[in-house]
Amino acid sequence: MSTPLVTVGATSPTVVACGADMFADAVAGQAVDVERVDWRPPMPGTEADLAAVATDPRRPEANRRAVEAMLGVTAHLVDVAPASEVLGLERGQFLHAGPPIAWEQASGPLRGALMGGAALEGLVDDPEDAVALFESGSNVSLEPCHHRSAVGPMAGVVTPSMWMWVLEDRATGRRTYCSLNEGLGKVLRYGAYNDEVLTRLRWMGDVLGPLLQAAVRGTAEASDVTGILTQMLQMGDEAHNRNRAGTLMLLRDLSPAMVTSGFDAKDVSEALRFVGGNDHFFLNLAMPACKLALDAGRDIPGSTMVVAMARNGTEFGIQVSGTGDQWFTGPAQVAEGLFLGDYGPDDANPDIGDSAITETAGIGGFAMATAPAIVRLVGGTVPDALATTRRMHEITLAENPRWSVPVLEFQGTPTGIDVTKVCRTGILPQINTGMAGAVAGVGQVGAGLVTPPAEIFPQALAALADAARAAR
Amino acid sequence: MKDHVELRSGAYADSVTLLQVSRAVQAAPGVVAAQVAMATGLNLEVLTGMGFDVPASSPNDMVVALRLDDDADLAAALAAVDAALVPARPASGASEVAPPRTTGSALRRTGADAVALVSVPGASATVEAMDAVEAGRDVMVFSDNVPVEEEVALKTYATSRGALVMGPDCGTAVIDGVGLGFANTTRPGRIGLVAASGTGCQQLLVLLHHAGAGLDGVGVTHALGVGGRDLSAAVGGLSTREALRRLDADPDVDLVVVVSKPPAPEVAEALAKDAEALATPVELGLLGRGQRDLTTVAEAVLERLGHTAPAWPVAGEDNTGAATGPLLRGLFVGGTLCDESMLMASEVLGPVRSNIPLSPELALDSTDPGDLLADTHTMVDFGDDALTQGRAHPMIDPTLRNEQLARAAADPRTGVILLDLVLGHGAEPDPASLLAPAIREARADRAIPVIVSLVGTDLDPQGLDAQRDALVAAGAEVHLSNAAATRRAIQLLEGARA
Repeated sequence: MSTPLVTVGATSPTVVACGADMFADAVAGQAVDVERVDWRPPMPGTEADLAAVATDPRRPEANRRAVEAMLGVTAHLVDVAPASEVLGLERGQFLHAGPPIAWEQASGPLRGALMGGAALEGLVDDPEDAVALFESGSNVSLEPCHHRSAVGPMAGVVTPSMWMWVLEDRATGRRTYCSLNEGLGKVLRYGAYNDEVLTRLRWMGDVLGPLLQAAVRGTAEASDVTGILTQMLQMGDEAHNRNRAGTLMLLRDLSPAMVTSGFDAKDVSEALRFVGGNDHFFLNLAMPACKLALDAGRDIPGSTMVVAMARNGTEFGIQVSGTGDQWFTGPAQVAEGLFLGDYGPDDANPDIGDSAITETAGIGGFAMATAPAIVRLVGGTVPDALATTRRMHEITLAENPRWSVPVLEFQGTPTGIDVTKVCRTGILPQINTGMAGAVAGVGQVGAGLVTPPAEIFPQALAALADAARAAR
Repeated sequence: MKDHVELRSGAYADSVTLLQVSRAVQAAPGVVAAQVAMATGLNLEVLTGMGFDVPASSPNDMVVALRLDDDADLAAALAAVDAALVPARPASGASEVAPPRTTGSALRRTGADAVALVSVPGASATVEAMDAVEAGRDVMVFSDNVPVEEEVALKTYATSRGALVMGPDCGTAVIDGVGLGFANTTRPGRIGLVAASGTGCQQLLVLLHHAGAGLDGVGVTHALGVGGRDLSAAVGGLSTREALRRLDADPDVDLVVVVSKPPAPEVAEALAKDAEALATPVELGLLGRGQRDLTTVAEAVLERLGHTAPAWPVAGEDNTGAATGPLLRGLFVGGTLCDESMLMASEVLGPVRSNIPLSPELALDSTDPGDLLADTHTMVDFGDDALTQGRAHPMIDPTLRNEQLARAAADPRTGVILLDLVLGHGAEPDPASLLAPAIREARADRAIPVIVSLVGTDLDPQGLDAQRDALVAAGAEVHLSNAAATRRAIQLLEGARA
């Protein structure tokens, strides 16, 4: 059998025309179907780097491997335990969301959360006293959650006594971690640290954590978090700002063992009410599930896939598979959206939190089309939601066959952000986010939509291009 | 007069669209001159040359430069700009699916038989073409100004994917009768072309079409362009080999013809070996010193298929008198046509200087008007990379060539002017309407002989006869064969010398 011209056949070819309209017109004038590319120049100054990366012979296979590895991960809930045990976190060590940052650069909500965390650990009696402690820098240290296989929502502060979800990839035994969700309003992750906040955190440490541990350990079949994500995406959750279905499915899995755990019935009842009444409870499982998948795609030379997007309230940072642990950072933006009460844009802190790991994995803002119920919360319309998900397909490497969107004919969610496609199209990842008050202690002021600062993608591209040139 | 210059950051349209916009705005009431263009180096030169003062800008900015009558309304002129720009982008409502933004994204929306056609600026062309190759699809890269190392990387990868890369700098392809880029409409037949030369390919298409009326098998089924550098030492014929493999495997192809600008000798040698190994006979039409011209190649093809070549048509011989000076000035839009004429002329007339010289010492600087009128025979390819950076190909935008035509005619040393005009898909709807007035103007003071090779078929959208008649009416002598046109020009100059 000879190989014919690919275009020889009974049907005439379709021509994909990218560039001068005149040539597309000339083809259309010959009664041939033309698919026109709405091409625009890439981000300024990126042409040479784009070409270097495009012609890197390692890239296609590296990206295929990265995507395959990411999609191959299934996250199971295997334990709940204090951070001191599972992360080896010691007294005075604090984890936080986003790329590395020092106290001096920390924004209000991160400072507020660190102050509350210091009080929770008994390093100070009054959270206000923690300012001097962090300024002195003695016996305290700050480190990104991401550097310890963890993710933290909003400020993302983790202290040794906090209880963590433990998720595992059965095939490799790799694990990721995330704290337990505190609910909405005045909560530590939004930078609030009053008595109400600390009282709740102590109850979570004394009652909720041990109870969940008993439930998880007492449940024969470990919860398939990836599977719950599949189902909740078809039930109107995008798993970043809406986790209602996911939270209830988790309760369905854990409540029998909670009831028979031998814990005081009043505590069990209180815990069930707390979890069931907190629509965001499942977010803290969605996030480490996404990180578990993305970590499988890390460190593949030549791959242009983004493996983390995270913000510390001051800077927005990304990490890319082909460039190891290097962070590419720029100033975090203030989200656009709706505000609680009489808060306004002036009250909001720049974007914060590791929760953009959901968008990095292809849900959250990338799955907006599946969650029309929340488009108003984040300040959009239903057509915007459909357009957003479709637009994200322009900057991603793959579709996730497991996470499909019914209203888009069950098309998989756009998955695996490609640095080169972001630079080529200028389309930035769309992130659904909450907004923390700019002042330490305030808490949540709103929710909305945000994008990374554009300049971090050309930065990452330049590093990929340098690596490609060095590999020749 | 008053000038208005503004930069529009983030706006983009391709150079052809902007040329059309500029023309539309020039026609608006009160507008003396208008140039809407991306702020590339060459366009900034043009704008400065027109006397506009352009603020600091990047090539990604769109410049809107207007020169208005004193009493003209600026708002109305800007409205004309906006109106002309609007159709460039399809409107999109919230509920519609937005068009794809990359070639890769577009290919995901089409069937497996899709072929990609890339004509974005050269700095971005490789990236788009890689999308196609990665998807295992064939791609034609019209764009020029693509670095050769990118071409090698692209084609090396394509080899591993079984994809055919036509280009970069591939002006012409015909696939299953569908013309891509600049392509003439021809009757189908049993000949397959591989062309490392766009206008060379077009010359063969039109000669074979003309000769083949009613003849069995004389017609072209596929013309696969491979880009002008494919047979260079650096690229080594990567796409030519793939194209030959495809045509050899095609049962509808009885004879393969390879046409090229002068190739690297070692690559030509390897190619001849490859060709011999194929089951389908191959006719090599590789330009070079001592090699056949394209018309002779067409005649050989006809002979192999058992036919006799016709007399190639000429019109307007009555227009042409003796040469008016000692020098030949060739002004081409087709690089291969320019090459062919240079090879023929230099054998008889001596050295010809050019921006695409036959040897380095003959190089002239195409951006220097003085050099273009050097005191030797000169031939300029206006389709060369240096003259198309950030602007449309001269087959679409004849401005630079028409300007040079006027200068060449005004130079008393000029004896004969040799031009080409190429028809087909992608070319101007009525190119003679732009060239004929320039020829008439050029001949206004002296009846300088103007010889034109008109590369077109009677099936081309422009209409071959009407185009020829317009040129003849303007005072040109018009040939279908570029070799015949060149021979005629040489003969006139020889006559003057004798």
